[in-house]
Amino acid sequence: MLTIASGVLRAIQAHGEAAYPNEGVGLLLGRTQANGKTTTDILPLANGWEVGEQSHRYQVSGGEMLAAELEAARRGLDVLGIFHSHPDHPAEPSRFDYEWATWPGYSYVITTIEQGRATTTRSWQLRDDRSAFDEEVVALPA
Amino acid sequence: MATIRIPTPLRSYTGSQAEVSVTGDTVGAALNDLTRQHPALRQHLYADSGELRAFVNVFLNEEDVRHIRGADTPVKKQDRLMIVPSIAGGR
Repeated sequence: MLTIASGVLRAIQAHGEAAYPNEGVGLLLGRTQANGKTTTDILPLANGWEVGEQSHRYQVSGGEMLAAELEAARRGLDVLGIFHSHPDHPAEPSRFDYEWATWPGYSYVITTIEQGRATTTRSWQLRDDRSAFDEEVVALPA
Repeated sequence: MATIRIPTPLRSYTGSQAEVSVTGDTVGAALNDLTRQHPALRQHLYADSGELRAFVNVFLNEEDVRHIRGADTPVKKQDRLMIVPSIAGGR
């Protein structure tokens, strides 16, 4: 289960709205406990895919991810997952999302942005055998 | 021994260890020792071909080993390796 702290969901959705009509991307930061993960902050990242194709693709290089990992460590937080937006498209992992999936244990949070407004946010996790994504329960404390 | 920092989502395969001490004089040998100690990691780091998966990056003291000598990059006892993904996706 992924718990998203108050205000963080809005920040994820606002990032996707600001990126529209392109895809926005960033990392979920927080802590892992015995009963799940709690994200308390986000780290927005630049979409490194070639300009002109960013409405349906995102990419972040290893070097950028190293810098983000070091920044998370500096804040005393873990990288819990990756969020990105799907402009005018369902909040479900695409074939391309699956082909580029990294590791089980990361939460892949996807937000639909319809005509510039965030409508749906869902979280997904890669199966341990890497065969598919399954939806992850999201808790939103008040 | 050199140490390898384990990314958060892979710590479920290392008994929650955030860092693992490894033997080996090269990056390739160090990674082999890591997956020998924690075999469940192997499928998440290596493709069926035996090559590192395309999204897996290894940094030696914060320098990408692809820019040094790849798997043959020498590793010293005090070195710190980090495993970091590249990420991509989209609708």
